[in-house]
Amino acid sequence: MLIDLWMIPLWPLLGFLLLGFFGRRLGRSAVAAIACGSVGLSAGASLLAVGELLSLPAGARRVEAVLAPWIQVGNFQADWGLLLDPLSAVMILVVSLVGFLIHVYAVGYMHGDRDFPRFFTYLNLFIFSMLMLVLANNYLLLYVFWEAVGLCSYLLIGFWFERPSAAEAGKKAFIVNRVGDFGFGLGVMLLWTTLGTLHYGQAFAAAPAQLPAGGGLVTAITLLLFLGATGKSAQLPLYVWLPDAMEGPTPVSALIHAATMVTAGVYMVARSAPLFNLAPLSMGIVAWIGAITAVFAASIALVQTDIKRVVAYSTISQLGYMFLGCGVGAYAAAIFHLMTHAFFKALLFLGSGSVIHGLSGEQDLQKMGGLRKHMPITAATFLVAALANAGVFPLAGFWSKDEILFGAFASGNYIPWLLGAGGAFLTGFYMLRCYYLAFEGSPRAAGHHHPHESPRVMTVPLIVLAVFAALIGFAGFPPEHGAFQEFLEPVFKAAGGAAHHAPALPALPLAVVSLAIALGGIALATQCYLRRPELPDRFAARYPGLYRLLWNKYYVDEFYDAAVVEPIRRGSLWLWQRFDEAVIDGCVNEAGEMFRDAGQILRRMQSGYVMNYVLSFLAGAVVILGYLAFRG
Amino acid sequence: MSVPLSAYLILSAFLFFLGVVGVAIRRNALIVFMCIELMLNAVNLSFVAFARSLNSTAGHVFVFFVMAVATAEVAVGLAIIIAIYRNRGTVDVAELNVLKW
Repeated sequence: MLIDLWMIPLWPLLGFLLLGFFGRRLGRSAVAAIACGSVGLSAGASLLAVGELLSLPAGARRVEAVLAPWIQVGNFQADWGLLLDPLSAVMILVVSLVGFLIHVYAVGYMHGDRDFPRFFTYLNLFIFSMLMLVLANNYLLLYVFWEAVGLCSYLLIGFWFERPSAAEAGKKAFIVNRVGDFGFGLGVMLLWTTLGTLHYGQAFAAAPAQLPAGGGLVTAITLLLFLGATGKSAQLPLYVWLPDAMEGPTPVSALIHAATMVTAGVYMVARSAPLFNLAPLSMGIVAWIGAITAVFAASIALVQTDIKRVVAYSTISQLGYMFLGCGVGAYAAAIFHLMTHAFFKALLFLGSGSVIHGLSGEQDLQKMGGLRKHMPITAATFLVAALANAGVFPLAGFWSKDEILFGAFASGNYIPWLLGAGGAFLTGFYMLRCYYLAFEGSPRAAGHHHPHESPRVMTVPLIVLAVFAALIGFAGFPPEHGAFQEFLEPVFKAAGGAAHHAPALPALPLAVVSLAIALGGIALATQCYLRRPELPDRFAARYPGLYRLLWNKYYVDEFYDAAVVEPIRRGSLWLWQRFDEAVIDGCVNEAGEMFRDAGQILRRMQSGYVMNYVLSFLAGAVVILGYLAFRG
Repeated sequence: MSVPLSAYLILSAFLFFLGVVGVAIRRNALIVFMCIELMLNAVNLSFVAFARSLNSTAGHVFVFFVMAVATAEVAVGLAIIIAIYRNRGTVDVAELNVLKW
């Protein structure tokens, strides 16, 4: 391999170290150059590496590079090893290219910020960790960098840590992720104890023999792994951190909570396809949770007024589609949607950031309106992204979402398909609602804002992403047999899933149905927010209970607070006051007291009175002499 | 007849006992010192008596040692008592109780 695989994650690591140690001494331009340059070099290296991968014959596209052994205990070995195959190739391209565009954008967005160098230090660390996560060749290394991206997420969500809500959001993200990671860790450990190895190739080769298909063991392993994925990729029940994560700067939301980190769960499930294919129950659960989450989150997005929250719930919803794809065996479709989603979701976030930047910090949709005149580029690119997200032909989202829905229908999962279709309707609605409220209609912004278009350093990435969001769908054309799917096929074929190629149903009717549903949602949004703006308020007034339920996000946070957080807090309080202070400290203090009391008694021997001492002498001498005299 | 050994020993024991009681009872430091000397001399007597009776010179030699030590001890002890008197104004051991807890 001409390009050493280590060249791909190396540059952001160097960037992180340089910026971490010297960032504050370098000027803004140097920091920006190092940060963007390192990701740019990664992107270049990724392109070259994937190009070389393509030059290999289709069945042999798998390159491994081991830097050094890490753990060698008995029969178990885990190395610092990287694997480049079609799946990781897609991931590194997405991460590095989208990452690069977001870095460039962030140079503009974070321009006046006091902590400019720290921001890019963390961003580079994140890119490094994410690249290592997707390139790792064994579960242990994956787990290490899984945690590392979680750490970066915490650091970046709480970037403006002087703001209490931001610090709380960072904590919430990390703690909720930890719950999922606990499951993930257990899954990895279970995998190790049953297969004896954590290396992908060896584990997947040994799996069919050691783990009886459909058996409890493999189901347990895959469900535990999936628990980790629900945490990292914000699915039910561990999605609650993602909306709060919007406290972080918008480029962070775009990069971490839309395009890359949250997709780590999908990647992990796709990578573990050989294991999931052995556990149909787990796959069913994955599909159902994905479908339910998709609709659940979409319903919450219908009534949110913070522009970033709408996009956040949209992300949760779209991730649900990806898991739906994995759960029905359409892994390639799920990864396809991952890729298209990365582009249009990042674009939506960056567009929101552009709006927020242009309005000097305003995020409330109810205070926007009519921005298209002032920010034409932002408006146009946002519209492209919104339509792509809604799944409108011929933009990218149409191809990928439709393929997932087709996969669900064709494999007989009709109810998940129905949920997905319902979600598509809602997606069309809330996305265009967001666009209309922000960019169309009469301006509702408070007078002192002077909305202006963002500088070129921010709008150029928007345009680039818009081009991708529009056209990248054609990489998967024709559906099921496009270049993209053919590229990924060897990975999933080897996984030995139930054959879902050559479906018996033609794809076209379902595609038309999906499109019609999405257009229906868009039409309803147009009616409600463009033509007759009084309709939404009348609807909300007629169904106040439903409106309140959605507005309060189904009270899930409150439920978790009452059911989980409060008991733990009270338990901790009890442990602190009743156990730690009273019992443990009490024991230690008592032990000390005992010695002190003994000392109090013994000190009375020191009377200072010489006669007493003399008498003690005599008494002692008498005792000893007596003993010696009468012993024999 | 010459004096039996037991007579010397009984005398020695008696003198020793006197010394012990004196050290325990008396309050004047100088008197305590004299009682200590009494104890030493009682032991000397005992040694000499044994030496005579067992026809050995080891006892006599020991007596010389004891006397030398006693002398040194008296010198140092009296110096200490003088120092105490200068500091405290008294040599009454009952009143020297500063090293109390």
